[in-house]
Amino acid sequence: MIDYERLLNGKIKNTKPSGIRKYFDMAETMDNVISLGVGEPDFKTPWVVRQEAINILERGRTNYTANSGLIDLRKEISAYINRKLGLSFDPKSEIIVTVGGSEAIDLAIRCIVEPGDEVLICEPSFVCYRPIAELVGGKVVSIETKAENEFRLTADELKSKITDNTKLLILPFPNNPTGAIMTRADLEAIAEVLKDTNIAVISDEIYSELTYGEKHCSLAQIGDMRERTIIVDGFSKAYAMTGWRLGFLAGPKPLIEQMLKLHQYAIMSSPTVSQYAAIKALKECDADIEKMRNEYNARRRYLVDAFNRLGLDCFTPKGAFYVFPCIKSTGLTSDEFCEKLIMSKRVAVVPGNAFGGCGEGYIRVSYAYSISHLKEAIRRITEFLEELKG
Amino acid sequence: MDELIRLLKQNARMTDDELAVMLGVSADEVRKMIAKLEADGIIKGYSAIIDEAEYDPNSVFALIELNVTPQSQSGYEEIARQIASYDEVASVRLMSGTYDILVEVIGANIRDVSLFVSQRLATIDAVQSTATHFVLKAYKDNGIIIDGEEKDERSWVIS
Repeated sequence: MIDYERLLNGKIKNTKPSGIRKYFDMAETMDNVISLGVGEPDFKTPWVVRQEAINILERGRTNYTANSGLIDLRKEISAYINRKLGLSFDPKSEIIVTVGGSEAIDLAIRCIVEPGDEVLICEPSFVCYRPIAELVGGKVVSIETKAENEFRLTADELKSKITDNTKLLILPFPNNPTGAIMTRADLEAIAEVLKDTNIAVISDEIYSELTYGEKHCSLAQIGDMRERTIIVDGFSKAYAMTGWRLGFLAGPKPLIEQMLKLHQYAIMSSPTVSQYAAIKALKECDADIEKMRNEYNARRRYLVDAFNRLGLDCFTPKGAFYVFPCIKSTGLTSDEFCEKLIMSKRVAVVPGNAFGGCGEGYIRVSYAYSISHLKEAIRRITEFLEELKG
Repeated sequence: MDELIRLLKQNARMTDDELAVMLGVSADEVRKMIAKLEADGIIKGYSAIIDEAEYDPNSVFALIELNVTPQSQSGYEEIARQIASYDEVASVRLMSGTYDILVEVIGANIRDVSLFVSQRLATIDAVQSTATHFVLKAYKDNGIIIDGEEKDERSWVIS
């Protein structure tokens, strides 16, 4: 009989499944669950984009595209980055269209990290960086961002973790799950630390369109940081296009041309219909983003106020669509809080420690939900907290 | 102001305090802004959006196109105002295109609406012709989807 244990890569066997899964499995078996767990927009993709995809299918454009993506799309992405960040990237050699931001992250990490390399990851953060870095033999060094610093990365924290073996920094801002952003001044301090090193940076800017009151700033905009920064961005969050699976990488040519090899062998090319539709999104949907951003903003303010009133301290996030309230005052761990909340009140949120050990004591609450939905959730959480107090 | 109007159009029953939080201003400021919008005649009133078919399955909603001879003194104004004064009339609009005035009418039944058109509208001297279209089904009204709430089909994936 075949021995699967001996077949499988030991590293993947040792990779832990995400901590979010457990609550999702619980929620799926229950009725009347109010979810605040999902990390994708509640809006539909703008109609013009959907219509464009229909047109493209009708015209039978169902072939592969160039490995790095349709040149027209790469040109639009280049123009978009230029309009947002004032940086120029050559559509021919410095941009790859990927299968979501996820593939972009995977490509970038795998093409840089070798066994023994140290990878600095700001945590709490999205769950995929660590397992991918570990799979290629990297040594993950967590940099714990703190509530008192509004979950921003500070220069001192960064400096203290850098060694001769540090090869890569993952800078995920606007941040999932905390909603933190890095201002230009914050990034200038980071740039000061990095400038004489040979460390590359993956700047995961998938939430760049969703900042409130402050425009997104990229590390690539600071001094000569562009030479070491790989920008990961995409269409999922900004244009409500999660299911289209489309993102992109933008970075210096010497890095991008190597990453293209892996993309070419592993993926071939990103979904063609999605690529055509994305051109439309970049050209015509600025107003749609603005509308969604305004709606998120009202919900964000509502939730921050509601949690603070309930005595669950919640810093005011300036990006993404999550709030990250502290639940330490309840005396429960994040896991206990989430489990009890879903069992007794049918409200699903995600424990902060799913995003790194330092997220313990917090919960991630998504506001990719309507105001009326959020109000009902807050009503139930209020009841829950009252019952906890007894 | 734009944001306030957007929120009120979404749900006019939100309290001043709730609106204040969502706008990041004080409740006093919200009260002032609303008072100004009302005084300036920008906010004309607050009403519930009713699924008429659900509320009264017999009720009938009709759109009536009118061709009207403009009057020498008042143009369309006087006729439009006269039509607007009927309780059955939900809206009156002067239109570009192949007809002049569009009237929305709600009646208890088809007969009611028919009588209204034949006795009240068609009899106005300036009205040359009418075309009545009965609404079969409403899907969206005042920006609100009224035909069935859409289910949240997002999967529980890690993102």
